[in-house]
Amino acid sequence: MKYIYDIRLIFDFVFSLGARLWELTGLPLWLYSQIKIVVIGSILLGVISLAVMFLIWLERRLSAHFQSRIGPNRVGWQGSLQAVADIVKLLAKENITPANADVVVYLLAPMVVFAAAFMAYIALPVAPRLVVNNFSLGILYILSISSLGVIGILMAGWSSNNKYSLIGGMRSAAQMISYEIPLVLAVLSVIMMAGSLNLSEIVASQKNFFDWHIFRQPLAFLIYFVAATAEINRLPFDIPEAESELTAGFHTEYSGIRFGIFFLAEFANMMIVASIVTSLFLGGWHGFGFLPPIAWFLIKDAFTIFTLIWFRWTFPRFRMDQLMNLGWKILTPLALLNIFVTGIRMFIK
Amino acid sequence: MNQTIINTTEEYFLNMGPQHPSTHGVLRLMLKMDGEVVLEAVPDLGYLHRGFEKIAESRTYSQFLPFTDRLDYVASMANNQAYCMAVEKLLKAEVPPRAEYIRVIMAELNRIASHLVWFGPFAMDLGAITPFLYAFKSREMILDLFESACGQRLTYSYMKIGGVRWDLPEGFIEKTREFCRYFKGQLDDYETLVGGNIIFLERTRGVGALSKEDAIDYGCTGPVLRATGARHDKRKDEPYSVYNEFEFDIPVGKTGDTLDRYRVRLAEMSESLKIIEQALDKLPQGEISAKLPKLIKPEPGEAYTCIETPRGELGFYIVSDGTAKPYRMKIRSSSFSNLSVIPLLCRGLKVSDVVIVLGSIDIVLGDVDR
Repeated sequence: MKYIYDIRLIFDFVFSLGARLWELTGLPLWLYSQIKIVVIGSILLGVISLAVMFLIWLERRLSAHFQSRIGPNRVGWQGSLQAVADIVKLLAKENITPANADVVVYLLAPMVVFAAAFMAYIALPVAPRLVVNNFSLGILYILSISSLGVIGILMAGWSSNNKYSLIGGMRSAAQMISYEIPLVLAVLSVIMMAGSLNLSEIVASQKNFFDWHIFRQPLAFLIYFVAATAEINRLPFDIPEAESELTAGFHTEYSGIRFGIFFLAEFANMMIVASIVTSLFLGGWHGFGFLPPIAWFLIKDAFTIFTLIWFRWTFPRFRMDQLMNLGWKILTPLALLNIFVTGIRMFIK
Repeated sequence: MNQTIINTTEEYFLNMGPQHPSTHGVLRLMLKMDGEVVLEAVPDLGYLHRGFEKIAESRTYSQFLPFTDRLDYVASMANNQAYCMAVEKLLKAEVPPRAEYIRVIMAELNRIASHLVWFGPFAMDLGAITPFLYAFKSREMILDLFESACGQRLTYSYMKIGGVRWDLPEGFIEKTREFCRYFKGQLDDYETLVGGNIIFLERTRGVGALSKEDAIDYGCTGPVLRATGARHDKRKDEPYSVYNEFEFDIPVGKTGDTLDRYRVRLAEMSESLKIIEQALDKLPQGEISAKLPKLIKPEPGEAYTCIETPRGELGFYIVSDGTAKPYRMKIRSSSFSNLSVIPLLCRGLKVSDVVIVLGSIDIVLGDVDR
């Protein structure tokens, strides 16, 4: 029973057993720790890929219900294997590199985008102690790593030798400078309340229901949620992709599995954002008993993702300058004001 | 350090279309851009040119009717009606009242269907995907009605010279009334879900504003002209068919911007519902077609008729030399004239706005290129 409540114990057990067995072979220990890193990385990759496939299915089914359609329901139970079929199809497709593209940059771009999304998971605790590396600067690390993805988008837009891609990439860069500042400022007020940059400690500070930062910092929550929607390029802020304007924006020229990697990264980013919302504002793994902590975390995560999907299938798109106005003229002053008020409140206390 | 820093930007050329999700067909826009800003937009036409005006000269009058379906293929009924009226004017034929009423019902249903085909993709241009499905769900019901009447869902050829081809099928009137009831609720939904959305309002208000004078100078008609405030509608100004027997309003806008064009079209849909309901109430019994010879040979002469289609005025000018085939036919299409304001409207807009301005003009390339 305790293994269900604390999954970390399983990993501890397996890795200590592995270490004992390794000692028997007499091979150097540094090799074991390298292998351990590869194994953990593969597990993480597998979990993320599975979750992304689930999310693709979820988004397609949900959007179908929003639009009075049925959605994919042929491959597997209720279409649950549709994403697998799509990925197999993408793997089998030709990878086209446009003429006169900057080949090295072009090929690297999807990797950069995906690596940025993937690396953010390392510092993300999903249950007590269940985290790959419990950085003391966890939230700072996640925010900085996940904003690196924009460089990949810019690379893709620049190297594709396509004007639509270029506009998409440039828009992405312009978008980043407008949402990143309110986003970090919103997180800052939560950090002030929690007194730590470590995600585990931030979650630990929200043990009681009314200590959740969504109640103590509602404005920061709203600012973060809006800015984070812009960060993951989803409607109403899918300006760099903007299908009806730029065909597909920065990934217009990508085909086959390279397009698939962009797609994977988009959903991986969505999960990161949802997880940060859960950890910072919704009390992380703290629940109301009767379920293991990780289940509470996943429930809150799923709810946040549902909201993001809901946004996407409801709203029209902002225009580039409107987003910048929103970021610079509304969200940033509000976030600064929020920090100011939070500071005064803490000072008085 | 005597190096001067040159801080200039370079203009570039962006080719939008003929294959582009938002040019609604095979329109090509040549854009001269400075960053995101469009300095100049020039439409390039002709990708769907099929030479209908020339084809007409080698077809008999009845043979040409199916070609008119393919002009403005989302409002085929209106095309049929305009063409039939022109030939009837040449023949000086009287259309029986029941046929006129059926024509009005069909034309107005088609107006709603056509505006729905505009409404969905327009929301899609703005990035909202869901309204498209809602619009097409309602349109589907209209297409089912048309299918029950003439067996076709897109290219109807339902009207014929002198009347309509078949009488209304059993149950058509009840089903149409049911649709009218259903669609009133839908219109309210559209208004609250799309028209009330603040992002939608921000994106459309003041974008692509067209002045009344410019609209008239460029020969714009239909909702594009009415959005500027000009109360001009062929159904009221020069009532054709039996439009003078119905009570309905001509919705007009104020500023002629994209939001006004949106509002005018939505209001037109509810006006069309009014006309349909009145026509169903007053629908007379009797013949559905005038007695005309099998092979139509009008007297030498010429005729021009012009009707209000969902996109504006559609005119047919036919010259007859007394044989079974027209000597010359000219089609005045509203999409073509409306499209001509694009270079005027798009100057200085962002590329995102070009897409929605183009969407709000509501062109059908089959109608533009003919």
